Amino acid sequence: MIKQTEGSQAVAEAVALCRPEVICAYPISPQTHIVEGLGALVKGGELAPCEFLNVESEFAAMSVAIGSSATGARTYTATASQGLLFMVEAVYNASGLGLPIVMTVANRAIGAPINIWNDHSDSMSQRDCGWIQLFAESNQEALDLHIQAFKLAEEMSMPVMVCMDGFILTHAYEQVDMPDQAQVDAFLPPYEPRQVLDPAEPVSIGAMVGPEAFMEVRYLAHAKQTMALDRIPEIAAEFHEVFGRDAGGLVRGYRIEDAETIVVALGSVVGTLEETIDTMRAEGVKIGVLSIRCFRPFPMAAVRAALARCARVVVLEKSFAVGLGGIVSTDVRLAMVRIHVRGYTVVAGLGGRPITQDSLLRVLRLAVADELKNLTFLDLDWDIVNNHLAREAASRRTGPIAENLLRDIGASAPTRKARP
Amino acid sequence: MTQPIKFYQTGTFTVGNRLLPEDLRTVQSSEARDNSLNSGHRACQGCGEALGARYVVDAAMRATGGQLIAANATGCLEVFSTPYPETSWQLPWLHSLFGNAAAVGSGIAAALKVKAQKAGQAQSTIRVIAQGGDGGTTDIGFGCLSGMFERNDDVLYICYDNEGYMNTGVQRSSATPPAARTATTQPLGPEPGAEFGKGKNVPLIAVAHEIPYVATATVADLHDLEAKVEKAMSMHGARYLQVFVPCPLGWGAASCDTIRLARLARETGLFPVFEAENGEITAVTKIRRPVPVDDYLRLQKRFAHLFGPKGHPETIARIQAMADKNIKRFGLMAEEGAA
Repeated sequence: MIKQTEGSQAVAEAVALCRPEVICAYPISPQTHIVEGLGALVKGGELAPCEFLNVESEFAAMSVAIGSSATGARTYTATASQGLLFMVEAVYNASGLGLPIVMTVANRAIGAPINIWNDHSDSMSQRDCGWIQLFAESNQEALDLHIQAFKLAEEMSMPVMVCMDGFILTHAYEQVDMPDQAQVDAFLPPYEPRQVLDPAEPVSIGAMVGPEAFMEVRYLAHAKQTMALDRIPEIAAEFHEVFGRDAGGLVRGYRIEDAETIVVALGSVVGTLEETIDTMRAEGVKIGVLSIRCFRPFPMAAVRAALARCARVVVLEKSFAVGLGGIVSTDVRLAMVRIHVRGYTVVAGLGGRPITQDSLLRVLRLAVADELKNLTFLDLDWDIVNNHLAREAASRRTGPIAENLLRDIGASAPTRKARP
Repeated sequence: MTQPIKFYQTGTFTVGNRLLPEDLRTVQSSEARDNSLNSGHRACQGCGEALGARYVVDAAMRATGGQLIAANATGCLEVFSTPYPETSWQLPWLHSLFGNAAAVGSGIAAALKVKAQKAGQAQSTIRVIAQGGDGGTTDIGFGCLSGMFERNDDVLYICYDNEGYMNTGVQRSSATPPAARTATTQPLGPEPGAEFGKGKNVPLIAVAHEIPYVATATVADLHDLEAKVEKAMSMHGARYLQVFVPCPLGWGAASCDTIRLARLARETGLFPVFEAENGEITAVTKIRRPVPVDDYLRLQKRFAHLFGPKGHPETIARIQAMADKNIKRFGLMAEEGAA
């Protein structure tokens, strides 16, 4: 059914169609509307039987999810930013135990300074935790990926994170095609756990493992993620059969066939990039965009194949490894080993900084001319950065950084200019 | 799965009085007990926690007809019971993390509730316990424990209280008593050992949550401990049981003194044994003849710095005052001539 709805509400309804049995909720912006929507469906009896637990922290949310998933219940939770970091120990535990929990991460920056707006720092901090990470470009895809996520998680006995841009997607009202229950039931079979806590057949789960087998247990997690690389496109194809539209898969290219320059990105910014690329194509520039829809497992072969024939790659990412540069770029570079391609990293949109077409056009034109620096921060205000560096050079007790910068902006805002 | 019980395991005073009529005998005295924590585990000689856990889980298994799932915090109990690829547990058992056993228990209970509803039952016949040591309960797991309490989730949480982080090498926890030597409260300086005025009383904090049932018990009184587990399992909602389990290694006590120390902790008044329902204390185990705290402290090397020529009699007096305060506060003294 076609409807106009908020991204969070669409995800809540899609998750409900997957018949989750236990949902843990702890509020953190910008994911709150999702669990609120699910809570209303449970409280109103539309989603039943289902236990909706208002827990006291994200750490508890993931811990409750571990208990319920290990007892054979289809389990869902959602978080973002600080919440994801607060649950990290349990996030690793869930994947280590092989529990197919599905979690939405409504991508948001990590403090300090505290910031509620969108970037990918939260999910990227967990790229090595053993969860599958899928990134949604639109609300329709976010909705669709959740339905695929339960199937993928349960088949692989692995938890799946569905990452969607906070506010940009979660709070945006868009038209979506909401599937009906019969379609979802046809696509997603009931959960058959590989391991379950059952008095009829008692097992111990979570035993201590020493050096004699720990490496093998970790390797098996890698082997399974490698298997997921095959399964994810198949599930996307099965999804297309039932629902009649494309969603998911490993990567998606836009105008990359003859592209000399390919921009690699994740999430909702891909839409903005497509329009930017249309503009540049109209100017005769051979440029395209590659959307990484599955970041873990990293689709090395698919990325490599997509980039093999281009001359340069610009990774545009909403994440940043302090002291290094790009995070996505590092993985993309691995896929580019021994193919002669120039690589650029553009860090953009941190803490919700708008990524405008004008700014994109500016950096991409520089890239096409090979005049872009290897590491560029889109629209970084060098004035306030240099101002503060000068302040620190001049005196010792300069005080808190963020507060200084805000004061500087307040004083110099009218004359501030954005630069590439 | 069940091991045959050898005679020496059942013929002692501590595991059940064979002179009692059969229906009054302890679970431990029965050869049909589940032996939920099977022998062969790696606990130290005289481990109070291993004893306490077997007593509690066997009693819970009997109360539920074996329909029981356990969540376990990281700690001695987890490490000594499940060295890969072996396990001592004869029931479905899940260890997740140090600080989340209560929340994992909540998740198991939530899943069981939904499964029961799907099977057309009002509530699940399978019950849930969560268990950990005092570190996993009163410190790192406290947030999850309080959350489980306030939601009144259908979980019995058992804290095996040995008053410190024994698994990591005997460090102080918020359950470590004043003056006790640990690796992080050294017997040095003007106030050697753990400081006075610190630590928390989690049984009373549990009572303040007004949950259906809170009880304390020791490994020294098997009948009382089993009765409390049975009572807890007859109820639904959040329940809390703190079992006093001496640690020979961490306390510097003789392995053969585990039960004796647990009994002395109660008889001095240092560990009040009580029950509470819905926020009200409903019963206390009376002390017939109060024992001076000296008798309890002297058996433990963690208090050795209090005795001898360079001892601290004033500190012993402060500990005695704590015991006296407990006796008064909980009304622990038996009336003269009463049973």
